[in-house]
Amino acid sequence: MTITSKADGRKLRIFLSGELDHHAAREAVTYIEDKLETQLPRDCVLDMTGLSFMDSSGIAVVLKTYRRMKELDGRFWVENVPPQPMRVLDASGIGRLVGISVKS
Amino acid sequence: MKEDNRMELRFPSRSANEGFARGAVACFAAQLDPTLAELGDIKTAVSEAVTNCIVHAYPDVIGEVILRARILGGDTLELTVRDRGVGIGDVAKAREPMFTTGGEERSGMGFTIMESFMDSLRVRSRVGRGTVVVMRRKIARKTAGK
Repeated sequence: MTITSKADGRKLRIFLSGELDHHAAREAVTYIEDKLETQLPRDCVLDMTGLSFMDSSGIAVVLKTYRRMKELDGRFWVENVPPQPMRVLDASGIGRLVGISVKS
Repeated sequence: MKEDNRMELRFPSRSANEGFARGAVACFAAQLDPTLAELGDIKTAVSEAVTNCIVHAYPDVIGEVILRARILGGDTLELTVRDRGVGIGDVAKAREPMFTTGGEERSGMGFTIMESFMDSLRVRSRVGRGTVVVMRRKIARKTAGK
């Protein structure tokens, strides 16, 4: 898994690519927590465009980011989700909490 | 059901092996000519089962995970994931959505995903002895010309 980000004013876009599983999740969580702490964004977008695989570990990553952004009184959503990660997000029902849009 | 083919892998419960396990099963399942979506479901189920062994069965030690894949009746993939770890006290509880003993890092969705992505899921466990998870998924034949 590769994780990068781009800040545009107080909007932070985090790009996840490769495979997000339990093995990769800790690195993702640490990276995201660090970015949120140092940049205090108002909007945070998790961009999954390059994600070739995700299991339920990804749900925990999304949930954790959602909670942290709520504490920061900011907005958070997920964009460009490919079909396989979308199946996993759908199964979790997390779409009731977090805005999710699929990859077009 | 008649067994057409089988393979078995044994590996230590290191998280680096999660990707290896689902990749190996995907390669083995390729002979059933699955769609990309079917392959995605199978890889996800393997990942969940193997992660359970790593996180829950062997919380403080590195133990052995045994993964068997079989092709049955010409169109069905059966996966068996076995460990000799701590076992599950209450299997019904463990299978409930959002239930986890893994803290904030886990979502509690592993068994729910295995159950909804595969046709069947059987879990047998004994505390102190280990857990066996058996899953099956029938692969729809792709119609020629489609």
